[in-house]
Amino acid sequence: MIEQFGRGGFLLVFAVIFPLIPILASVALGIFKIRPSAPDPIKESVYECGMVPIGDAHVRYNVRYYLFGLLFVVFDVEAVFLYPWAVAYRHLGVYAFVEAMIFIGILAIGLAYAWRKRALEWI
Amino acid sequence: MTMLLSAPAIDMPGALASVLGLVAITLVMTVGVAYATWYERKIIARMQLRLGPTRVGPFGLLQPIADMLKLLVKEDLRPATADPIAFELAVFAIFIPSFLAFVAVPFTADWLISPLPLSLLYLLAISGLSFIGFLMAGWGSDNKYALLGGMRAAAQLISYEIPLILAMVGVVMVTASADVYQIILFQDRIPLIVWQPLGFIIFLTASIAEVERPPFDIPTGESEVAGGVFIEYSGIRWSMFQLSSYVNMYVFALLGAFVFLGGWEWPFGRDIGWGYQLLLTVSKMALFIFFYLWIRASFPRMRVDQLMSYAWKVLIPFALLQIFLNGLFIVYDAPGVVLAASSWAAAGGLMYLAFHVVRRGEPRKPLQMISVRATAVAARSAS
Repeated sequence: MIEQFGRGGFLLVFAVIFPLIPILASVALGIFKIRPSAPDPIKESVYECGMVPIGDAHVRYNVRYYLFGLLFVVFDVEAVFLYPWAVAYRHLGVYAFVEAMIFIGILAIGLAYAWRKRALEWI
Repeated sequence: MTMLLSAPAIDMPGALASVLGLVAITLVMTVGVAYATWYERKIIARMQLRLGPTRVGPFGLLQPIADMLKLLVKEDLRPATADPIAFELAVFAIFIPSFLAFVAVPFTADWLISPLPLSLLYLLAISGLSFIGFLMAGWGSDNKYALLGGMRAAAQLISYEIPLILAMVGVVMVTASADVYQIILFQDRIPLIVWQPLGFIIFLTASIAEVERPPFDIPTGESEVAGGVFIEYSGIRWSMFQLSSYVNMYVFALLGAFVFLGGWEWPFGRDIGWGYQLLLTVSKMALFIFFYLWIRASFPRMRVDQLMSYAWKVLIPFALLQIFLNGLFIVYDAPGVVLAASSWAAAGGLMYLAFHVVRRGEPRKPLQMISVRATAVAARSAS
């Protein structure tokens, strides 16, 4: 177990180093004046296809995202519950089948309810 | 498991060999990912009757290196109003999960970084983490397009995560294991695409959406949100985003090759040596990547409401249907032919429905086939 995590940890270290090397190389090239750096208030403003941006970008966004987030949590937890059931399924028999179908059925009714309430429409 | 636990924790030659193996695997992956850009440009160019990169090296093979050097010396811009921490860390938050997925990928029967007993679940979970990076990049850029792109990316990634996971539940029910290695061993004679075509189609669609390739690239669509979350990134950070999207594409192509096409096991068995096994894995992966590029060259971008409703109203009910069919036919010990036939029928239903939805709203008129050849023959005979 320790060795498994150790190998994963090695890859984690590599995954951190991997983007870090080019970014640091880019910084170093900037220090040695190979990479151009000519800051300018126009360049450092936010790009909106040539328009001068009005106001802050941290605006309120559509409530639809929140609804989909809620639905995602429900179905993701359902899927995680289904994995142990699916692995052991061949040993469990009819009882487990009926039970899991009731579980999935309740969630499917929930999906149908959300559909009926037009929570799945993107306006 | 018990063998690993009872073995001494640090065995010097073994540890050195495994570290060297890890370095070799990561370097090979890096070069492979860099050349994915070349592959993509060549394939897309051929599909559009162009040549693609030809100037830098033979067949343009040195083009990725030239691009990398160019991106290294580009001026690095960051908006003055951006949140520096979220802006800088977003690169890592997107890159690290996609790279960590390689922990559980068995390239051949022996080339495996870490044998995890739940590697399928691990792969799905870790590749779903990158949406946090998209949200960070979108929020940190202080740009309205970037915020919109980040929110769209998060909504799309979480929506298509569910059909992906549910399709894999169906696979796990058939193979009775959530370990990718065991799933590959299960397919020694028949690949799982024969047993689970519906799961395969759901996986294919959802994986294109998960890697945000066209036609599911609305979070990064240039014509809609001007590049989405990448809009304020330039130079090397932008190239890291692109690289992580290619790494993600590799991960999903490998997952599809292992889970549905039999990986290195099918069709030659596991006794052909690691060289041929690696060749088999890479060619199946290349098949998937070629399919992604083909889709990109063939289809226009979807609309955001079509995209969300396709995930929630079509793919998720069909994934639940696949679980139901598998459960029904496995619990009553139906022959495998019945299981496969039911899945094929449901896959046909899904494709008909998708076709129907796509065609809805078009004016109903009979299709007119215009044959270029017939027109040319008629013109020649007339003259």
